[in-house]
Formats: sequence, C-alpha cells, structure tokens
Amino acid sequence: MTVITGVTCPVCGTFCDDIELVVKDNVITDVRKACAMGAAKFLNYATHRNLKPLVRKNGELVEASIDEAVERAAKILADATYPILYGWSNTSCEAIRVGLELAEEVGGVIDNTSTVCHGPSILSVQDVGIASCTLGQLRHRADLVFYWASNPWDAHPRHIERYTMFSEGRFQKSTWRGYLSRLRGIVSRKRFQRAANLVLRRDVFAAPEVKRRLPYSMFQKKRKMVVVDVRKTRTAEAADYFIQVEPNKDYELLQAFRMLIRDEELDVDEVAGVPVEILEEVADIMVGCELGVFFFGLGLTMSEGKLRNVDAALNLTRDLNQRTKFLIMPMRGHFNVTGVNVVFTWQTGYPYAVDFSHGYPRYNPGETSVIDILCRDEADASLIIASDPVAHFPRMAAQNLVKKPLIAIDPEVTPTTLMADVVFPSAFVGIETEGTAYRMDHVPLPLKKIVEPPKTCLPDQEILQRILQKVRKLRRNLN
Amino acid sequence: MPKLKVSLLTGRTIDQGKGKEMGKLSKEYLESVVICQMDPNDMKSLGVKENTNVKVVTDFGSVVLKAVKSARAPHTNVVFIPYGPWASLIMNPKTHGTGMPSLKGIPAEIEPAPNEKVLSLQNLLNQFHKEGQP
Repeated sequence: MTVITGVTCPVCGTFCDDIELVVKDNVITDVRKACAMGAAKFLNYATHRNLKPLVRKNGELVEASIDEAVERAAKILADATYPILYGWSNTSCEAIRVGLELAEEVGGVIDNTSTVCHGPSILSVQDVGIASCTLGQLRHRADLVFYWASNPWDAHPRHIERYTMFSEGRFQKSTWRGYLSRLRGIVSRKRFQRAANLVLRRDVFAAPEVKRRLPYSMFQKKRKMVVVDVRKTRTAEAADYFIQVEPNKDYELLQAFRMLIRDEELDVDEVAGVPVEILEEVADIMVGCELGVFFFGLGLTMSEGKLRNVDAALNLTRDLNQRTKFLIMPMRGHFNVTGVNVVFTWQTGYPYAVDFSHGYPRYNPGETSVIDILCRDEADASLIIASDPVAHFPRMAAQNLVKKPLIAIDPEVTPTTLMADVVFPSAFVGIETEGTAYRMDHVPLPLKKIVEPPKTCLPDQEILQRILQKVRKLRRNLN
Repeated sequence: MPKLKVSLLTGRTIDQGKGKEMGKLSKEYLESVVICQMDPNDMKSLGVKENTNVKVVTDFGSVVLKAVKSARAPHTNVVFIPYGPWASLIMNPKTHGTGMPSLKGIPAEIEPAPNEKVLSLQNLLNQFHKEGQP
C-alpha cells in the first residue's frame, strides 16, 4: 500500500493540488481531501471504459486493432474538406499542442469547450481588458468576495474552502465557524417551519418578507461573501448576503451598480427585482472594502446579453478600481480549459474557434465556432477528444455532428463514443498518464501518473501523434 | 391540462458532477439529470407531486422529466434542469454571433405528463440521433 500526496485533481477548474491517494496493486483504494466529484472520479474511473479501439462496421461498433482504428481515423480526416476538431479541455497541454498541428495539417477548425462555456468572457476580455490575479492573492487578502451567477458549492466544491471564505489567509481569517453557526440556525428554522406546518396544517412561511436592510454581518469588519444569482443555491445559503436577480437581468443590475459607484442616482424603485436601497448599501460596502473580487460564472455568459453581461462586469471592476482595489475572475469549468486557451493562443494567436481552412489561422466566433458550423451543417467530419458534445450540444448541433463521420478519443464511455464511427480508448490524464494543465487563474501545474494504464489505452498525445503521422502519409501519397 | 409559462435554467449540480464521474451510463448519472427542479408553489398550481413526470416544451423541442421540489424556494416561474442529454434536447442553438448557444433563461412551457415516460439514454440516442448516422 502506498500513499501518494500532492496529487492534482483532474476534474474542475479549481484544480486542487493537495489530494492524497492510497494505491494498492495498481488500484486506487482510497481518496483523501477530494470533493465528491474528485473522489467519484478517482474511485470509479476504471469501472466504465472501453478497453479496445472500436470501429463502426455495418452500423455496429466492433473491436479493432489500434493500427486499424488509426488508419480509419486518418482516412476520415484526410478525405474531409472542413473537419472539426473539438474538445480538449480535459486533456493535457502536451496533447493539445499535437491537436493544433493536426488541425493545421487537415485544414480544419479546432475549437475547445470554452466556446460553450466562457467563450463570451474571452471576447469581452479582448474588448475591455481584465484586472485579475492568482488565487493565492485572494486567499490571503480579499475581504469582499462576490460569486456572481456562479454556484461553486456544486460546480467547484472546494473553491470556497481553498481560496476564499473558508481558507485561513495571512491577513484574512476563515469564516468557517460563523458559517457553521448560521447553518445550525437555518436547519433549526427549517425544522421549526416543518413542525409548524404540520401543527397548523398550512404553509406558515409561504410568503417571504421583503428585506429592505442588509444583515448585521455585512457591516462587520471581517471577510464577507455576497452571492448574486437567479435562484437560491447552496452557495447563496452560505453567503453573508444573497441578491436574487431576475433571469436575464444581470446586465441591468451590473450597470446600476456602476451608476451607484459613480455617485449617480437611480430614478427607479428597483432594478432587476432588487430594491434600490439594497443596491445602494451593497455599493457602499463594495467601495469600502480593502480588496474585493468578483468570481463570475456561466449565468452571465449563457443568458441574454452574453458577452455584454461580462463587459458590464469588467467595466464595474474597472470603475471600482477608481475608489478601492477590486479584481475579477471567471470560474472556469474543466480542469484544463484555461490551459487549452493558453496553448491555442501561443500556437495560433487565438484562444478558441480557430479555422485553418485557408491555410493560416482565422478566428471569428459566430462564424468559426463549432456550434455555428454545426448548425449551418458545414462540417463533413469531426474528431472529438475528451469531451461529450452529443450529450451537451443543443439538439440541432448534436444531430448534425453524428450524421457525419465522427472520431472519438475518450477514456470513458459517453453518448459521443456510443455514436462515433471510430473510438480510441485513451489513458486518463492525471491518473494513468502525466501532463501539464492550467488552473483557472493561469497557474500551470503538473498532472501526476498514479497507476499504469491498460496496455491498449494509449495517452491522448500518442494517439494524436499516430493519427497525424498517418494523415501526413496519406496526404503525401495523394499529392 | 394546466400549463405554466416558466423561465428555464440549466446548470451543474453536485449530483450531476458526481454522476458523470460514476459513468454516463450509470444509474446515478441518469437519476441526477432527468429531473426538473420546481418551486413547490408552481408544482401545486400545476397539480404535480414530487417525481411526477412533466413535459417541458421550448421553441426548440420538448422533453419529459421528473418534477422535483426545489430545496431552496421561492423562485416562482423559474425551473432548473441539470446539464445532460435530456436538457440539451430543448436548448436554444442560436448563438447571436458569439459562438455561445443560449442555455439559461429560456422561455418554456411546462405541463403535467403522468402518462409519458422519461426516455432512457439509449432510447434518446436512438430516437434523436440514430437516423442521422452515416
């Protein structure tokens, strides 16, 4: 039995690097310090995977040799005039680099999952600029933390514990104990409510009272957390204050805060469903903090306004920096989605949606982004790696994806691998093979190899190298 | 049959995150994503109970899911579906020139569908994607 410490967790953008794994006979038997998602991955990764390459013959996926699968995949890509190479956020930077070489060779479009994630944030950062930092700075210094349209309790479970409210910083204390006592209060209130409902046979707390004042804890001199979201999440319950914004109204709320920060008056009673008195008090707290931070999630990028919502958030941060110190950071989803943007940018000049069909890289999200290409039904083949677009793309895009030849490189069995024509089972990055990935604050960290992969499961990088070599050979013969 | 106009949100939940790591074909994943979290008062007005099937219809399609009570109400006329193949059936593919489809704040209509079944993953793939294969 061996205990391996300092393992990086290949799940979400928080990319925790303190995981401890107990390994016995090449099997991970226990996981320490990981969240529910991390533990589920380390303990279950081997239970649902393909062990051999698969090739579709007469409508059925049948086992094939790696050489046969490489041959078929290379032929699909070499024959295609406008193939898509999509995914990348759940693999290593080393594999992504080979993927870019392959995209250039076949003259296709290479896009990554940020196109359906923080793509609009990237567009907005290119327009406005961003005042950001590393997470260590925030852990030690941030005294006002906003989670805007983001729910880290469910999507980045250890973010609050490692980098903000529940972390013991050098200059900011953890608020964990305060949260525990508040949680006890919430639980007792819910119990009392249930009992009262049973006794009185009616919903005694049905109509929530409209709060016109901030709670006392918001005025205390300690680290504070505010959540802005369209619904009350578990993160919102842990916050000192929760602002419930109406769906698709984040832009209005952000612009209202910009006005208040500039000491302008609002001539309305409420904005986006929030009373102006509350907004004024929150704006005062923003201006009065020593170091504030906005962590923003997909609620801004996926709802109406998209990149313009992020524009408003970035501009609010810029305005706040006239009065105090404020920073902003997107809550990136996959463990290497930041890395994929970095590698794409240093290789091609653009972070996602890169089109090589003209022989040089072009970038025009809305035209060269994968959802738009699929909805226009322009792609004639695709290679999907470390991603599951059949499950997560809107129906029209997914249907157009599967009706053309589809190559899937994925360690897991997913709806995409079930619908693919060629499937390469790869080794799990960060468990069975090493590599490099970037945390959400652009800090590169190494992924460790913990156990040996099955012999038939090659690393993503090697599978891509083999396909690239074969494509080059086929294209040489054609020319 | 009563109908309710709602704003549809999609997103992650910890159960969906755990379920996807247990395997996309696992029971845990299926149970974590074929749900529609609703405000208890909305459920009352529609006349649906916990785990009753409901049909969610948008301009882009419809899907049958299990209605579950939201643990953190109120959010009147707002429903939440975790990301997954079921939610994707009714998402708005329009990107408005940004590359990003609209996955939150979509206008939808919801109605009780006690006699309709929630599709299994294999049936969903067969029904919506199989005929498209080469």
